[in-house]
Amino acid sequence: MSMNDDLNSRRVLLVSGSSKGIGRYLVEYYLAKGYLVVGCSRSDSSLQHENYRHFPVNVSHEIQVKEMFVQIYRDYGRLDVLLNNAGIASMNHILLTPVETARSILETNFIGTFLLCREAAKLMRKRKFGRIVNLASVAVPLKLEGEAVYAASKAAILSFTQIAAKELASFGITVNAVGPTPIHTDLIKAIPEEKIERLISLQTIPRVGKLEDVSNVIDFFIQPESNFITGQVIYLGGV
Amino acid sequence: MSAAIYKAIDAFNEQSGKNHQLKKSPTTILFGKGGQLDSLALVSFIVEVEEKITDDLGVSIALADERALSQKNSPFLTLQTLTQYVSLLIDEHERRPQQQASSIGERQQ
Repeated sequence: MSMNDDLNSRRVLLVSGSSKGIGRYLVEYYLAKGYLVVGCSRSDSSLQHENYRHFPVNVSHEIQVKEMFVQIYRDYGRLDVLLNNAGIASMNHILLTPVETARSILETNFIGTFLLCREAAKLMRKRKFGRIVNLASVAVPLKLEGEAVYAASKAAILSFTQIAAKELASFGITVNAVGPTPIHTDLIKAIPEEKIERLISLQTIPRVGKLEDVSNVIDFFIQPESNFITGQVIYLGGV
Repeated sequence: MSAAIYKAIDAFNEQSGKNHQLKKSPTTILFGKGGQLDSLALVSFIVEVEEKITDDLGVSIALADERALSQKNSPFLTLQTLTQYVSLLIDEHERRPQQQASSIGERQQ
């Protein structure tokens, strides 16, 4: 098999927010499964792997995002899977939340998801195949106090996921979402342990989530056989 | 630039059925009364045009911006109006100062 045949036959997967946390895990997980993986985050990545390419990109910056996709098209000629993982959080009472914090959260979480979906779908439609998985959160159904803006940004992602699923179905693209429970990453490191405990007690299965729980749901959504599954959200922990 | 639009027509026609082929003529009606494209086909065609403009001219433009959608006379009416609108956007793009990259500082996973 020539290098070009090899490139043409291997699935290309893009993970946003790939430098740490769930994103970093997903990069390593799908590299181990033989994917050609592209990652992006605002910072550089320390990961060195022959099948990994990293782009320092702010996901809410349209020009940077478009340039990344032009490069992906030039280098790989295709994109099979997009995992919209980049997200930020800021715990605060709404009375104490600066508008700039609210804007930043919406920009990264929602606008970032929107931009990557839009550009990814343009690429995916060429081959009439695409799998998009957006990262939701249990903060939406649990209506967590102190996370009003974060939960609102994730609620926006849910509505977007469901409608994008309809608009992109005719291009062979499915769009789904996974809603993780708290997982020990940087995103929740500032949240007091007792608050995490209280949150976990609201779950049907009361334990901290594992990174493998997330990839398990993503595996289901992105497998070729899941071409009849779209516009769905699966929350972990029975939420 | 017209060459890029014609390439977009070729790409579009390749993906479309026999009954939905676009003719390479300035008077071809794209969308609206007597138009050859339904709304979904128009989306596909616009994406093709944006892509070919980027490939050929190295310019990234958004054809379906708010201005295009709010114009009394839609730029998507005929191939001629589309070509004029693309030309306008490219002119504006060339006059625009280079946008600076920005970043926001929050916790990111």
